[in-house]
Amino acid sequence: MDLNAKIPDGPIEGKWDRHRFEMKLVNPANKRKYNILVVGTGLAGASAAASLAELGYNVDCFCFQDSPRRAHSIAAQGGINAAKNYQNDGDSIYRLFYDTVKGGDFRAREANVYRLAQISVNIIDQCVAQGVPFAREYGGLLSNRSFGGAQVSRTFYARGQTGQQLLLGAYQALERQIGLGKVKMYARHEMLDLVVIDGVARGIITRNLVTGETRGWVGDAVVLATGGYGNVFYLSTNAKGSNVTASYRAHKRGAGFANPCFTQIHPTCIPVSGDYQSKLTLMSESLRNDGRVWVPKQKGDVRRPEQIPEDERDYYLERRYPSFGNLVPRDVASRAAKAVCDEGRGVGPSKMAVFLDFGDAVRRLGQNVVADRYGNLFEMYERITGEDPYKTPMRIFPAVHYTMGGLWVDYDLMSTIPGLHVLGEANFSDHGANRLGASALMQGLADGYFIIPYTIGNYLAQAKLPKITVDHPEVQRSLAGVRAQTTRLLGIKGRTTVDEFHRELGLVMWDYCGMGRTAEGLKVALQKIPEIRARFWSDVAVPGANEELNPWLEKAGRVADFLEFGELMCLDALERNESCGGHFREEFQTPDGEALRDDANYSYAAVWEYTGEGSAPRLNKEPLEFKNVKLATRSYA
Amino acid sequence: MSKTMTLTLQIWRQRSANTPGSMQTYKLEGVNEHMSFLEMLDVLNAKLTKEGQDPVAFDHDCREGICGSCSMVIDGRPHGPRKGTTACQLHMRTYKDGDTITIEPWRAKAFPVIKDLVVDRGSLDRIVAAGGFVSVNTGVTVDANATPIGKKNADEAMDYAACIGCGACVAACPNAAAMLFTGAKVGHLVKLPQGQVERRGRVLRMVEQMDLEGFGACTNHRECSEACPKEISFDAIELLTSSTCAPRSRTTDLRRSLPQRGRRDPRRPRSRLRLEVQQLG
Ligand SMILES: Cc1cc2nc3c(=O)[nH]c(=O)nc-3n(C[C@H](O)[C@H](O)[C@H](O)COP(=O)(O)OP(=O)(O)OC[C@H]3O[C@@H](n4cnc5c(N)ncnc54)[C@H](O)[C@@H]3O)c2cc1C
Ligand code: SF4
Ligand code: FES
Repeated sequence: MDLNAKIPDGPIEGKWDRHRFEMKLVNPANKRKYNILVVGTGLAGASAAASLAELGYNVDCFCFQDSPRRAHSIAAQGGINAAKNYQNDGDSIYRLFYDTVKGGDFRAREANVYRLAQISVNIIDQCVAQGVPFAREYGGLLSNRSFGGAQVSRTFYARGQTGQQLLLGAYQALERQIGLGKVKMYARHEMLDLVVIDGVARGIITRNLVTGETRGWVGDAVVLATGGYGNVFYLSTNAKGSNVTASYRAHKRGAGFANPCFTQIHPTCIPVSGDYQSKLTLMSESLRNDGRVWVPKQKGDVRRPEQIPEDERDYYLERRYPSFGNLVPRDVASRAAKAVCDEGRGVGPSKMAVFLDFGDAVRRLGQNVVADRYGNLFEMYERITGEDPYKTPMRIFPAVHYTMGGLWVDYDLMSTIPGLHVLGEANFSDHGANRLGASALMQGLADGYFIIPYTIGNYLAQAKLPKITVDHPEVQRSLAGVRAQTTRLLGIKGRTTVDEFHRELGLVMWDYCGMGRTAEGLKVALQKIPEIRARFWSDVAVPGANEELNPWLEKAGRVADFLEFGELMCLDALERNESCGGHFREEFQTPDGEALRDDANYSYAAVWEYTGEGSAPRLNKEPLEFKNVKLATRSYA
Repeated sequence: MSKTMTLTLQIWRQRSANTPGSMQTYKLEGVNEHMSFLEMLDVLNAKLTKEGQDPVAFDHDCREGICGSCSMVIDGRPHGPRKGTTACQLHMRTYKDGDTITIEPWRAKAFPVIKDLVVDRGSLDRIVAAGGFVSVNTGVTVDANATPIGKKNADEAMDYAACIGCGACVAACPNAAAMLFTGAKVGHLVKLPQGQVERRGRVLRMVEQMDLEGFGACTNHRECSEACPKEISFDAIELLTSSTCAPRSRTTDLRRSLPQRGRRDPRRPRSRLRLEVQQLG
């Protein structure tokens, strides 16, 4: 597997500029001769499809929801980072770069991260020009907050609906191009295979989710922006439809999958309330700016929180991390919550929760100010739990939230298959082993608005692409494979529902490949997963037919992929004998319980290569070099 | 301990767009009060699947009240009884043991049923494609703080921009009008300096598309903002009509006079609105 990241030479500050100059351009008149297939309409996909169409390319765009506006990005709450330094508090491109590399626990590629920090400032300009209603100060200038453990205020936000507003900006740009005829939009279409011809990505296979029609599409380049795979855990903060299918099927066609085990567990989610639970709801991280996290000092204390006096409470984050307090990064906060619950000091009916208390904030700021800052989040909490957070502390617990792993890409965002580009959460590039808050939105939009429009031209200008049609035998072969899988799933007619299998897999993943991982546990998971998979393929109940809207058939295909992909995650976690960021191997920790990295042996991106069904995947390594940020132990004490 | 209840569910079942549908009755036991409404439907569907019956199709994705996917009329009200709450955010503690609940799809000419509770809302996207944007290509270089925007305007823009595109307003309207949805987009953009340049053309184009899609006209019933899970104010419609510089009655008249696609009488002169839209390109 060729893992040359093609990082441009020269000092880090000048790499992107220089590369932009050196890249080959496609003549404006020629752009309309190219057809690009964009899969996904989240921040990454919608911004890419719109920008490519504006440049003159013809774009076919796909999503599985009924409208491109409903992509999972819509749910992002907290904000988007940019190194504008509008607050004059010492921010800079270099600081955002530094924070992201350090926050990612030194497992990201420096050059990519630097470019991301550079581009961040353009994103905000672009969004404001589109009419994104960011929060503003009375003077009319943009407002910022500090977020996710950053010590500067660089986060831009639109109430608690930043993702929605950014996505609507990109969606509107996309709809404009649809109206102009430059983008053809295919909603309720799911990509089920990638077509690779002579080693080059040339097309995809989709199923029309309304009619069941499966068909092939060909183009000059394929862009995947299909989001993250947190739903492998069944319960996560992701939307129900989020899945790994597009990425995983591209992986099976030859795309290297990097760091699949790097998962982010978000510390502030509403705890599980019962086994009917279908998803977990995030309570924005911004709550930690004013809320204080605590548990009772005593094990098994069942008093109501109001009855527990101040000196019997353990504000464990403030105690363990005095300088960052409640604002430590997500991985650190999540593990600390798990630790106190494992000690038996968890709260609530399940004992798998900690308090997030606004009592002090209300006393200090007044209920009005608290309501102004967090009103909609409090309402959401009340709607779900039936409890009023102004009166009684919230109960929160960590939940799977984001996946840093993804398809490997080079500096141009191209995967190991020429012609296949991967953007947004679906790629692995920028967040290393842990993503900082408000950085995913930034990355998705950087990839889509400002990177792919350049780099795809560089690819197209140099690629030799023979003309092909959907009648090509490779397209037909992929099509036949997809249809065969559908027939097989519908033919099993077993007794166990798709969700039951998904839940079972999710529990195994959570227990053995979740917040704390051990070699021993991962080996157990590696035995259990193939066993569940075998049962799935002999006993799954998929009702209905292919030629109709059939959500259960859709889901069965996604769960089938999760059942293979989960194994790859465990393998990756087992292979990485160190703790870094969201990957915490219990064998590798300091006496204080902090993650213990092993830079001498694991300073690389682990890139897995598919070698066929029943055959072990092959591990390839992209070594990571840190020339600008000195490798150091992360410390938030 | 959490309470459980037994419910009678009456649900609209329709195999496909072209087959007639009907209400079917299901009994569901052991519904936990902490379940969300959609989790309750998951439980029903698991039961139906196990019994070899066809489960109920419904749209959903985020289950957090933000994506706008979920869309069902519960006991006659789009998204159900709780104000400002989408179906996915409704929890079963709203109900009590023994209740009967009816569940139907959005009903509107512009939202054809696909299956059971799932409808086609592509018409809303096409309204946006007709003009619900600021025409700006990627790559602008104006600094984001170059144009200050008063907090009040920014906040009001956000109030309108909060629309999730669910279509409940259409489902609630006796005329199946999409005025609140369209007005919300108009309101969002018209409150911002960036939205000024195209202000008039935007409204005319979006309104024309609304008509082409077969949405009805507004006759002031105000059911839309009552049903809206994001509580978009009825003022949005005021903003829409005032943005064309025509009083509401006139706009409604103009809209009524718009020819339907493919059915225009060639001898009849094009309406003024249509002409204006054409001149705008
Ligand atoms: C609750 C929540 C809150 C968050 N808050 C923040 C925040 O405040 N700040 C921040 O920076 N990040 C946040 N994140 C993370 C961030 O929202 C996501 O990482 C980001 O939006 C992902 O964008 P994307 O474009 O890569 O993918 P997505 O938005 O997930 O879009 C995926 C697209 O791919 C399509 N797709 C997927 N598979 C297929 C297929 N097989 N065929 C066809 N189409 C397919 C889908 O239809 C969809 O259009 C949050 C995440 C969650 C879950
Ligand atoms: S205006 Fe309200 S009801 Fe109508 S689509 Fe928007 S959010 Fe839904
Ligand atoms: S499922 Fe997203 S709003 Fe209800």
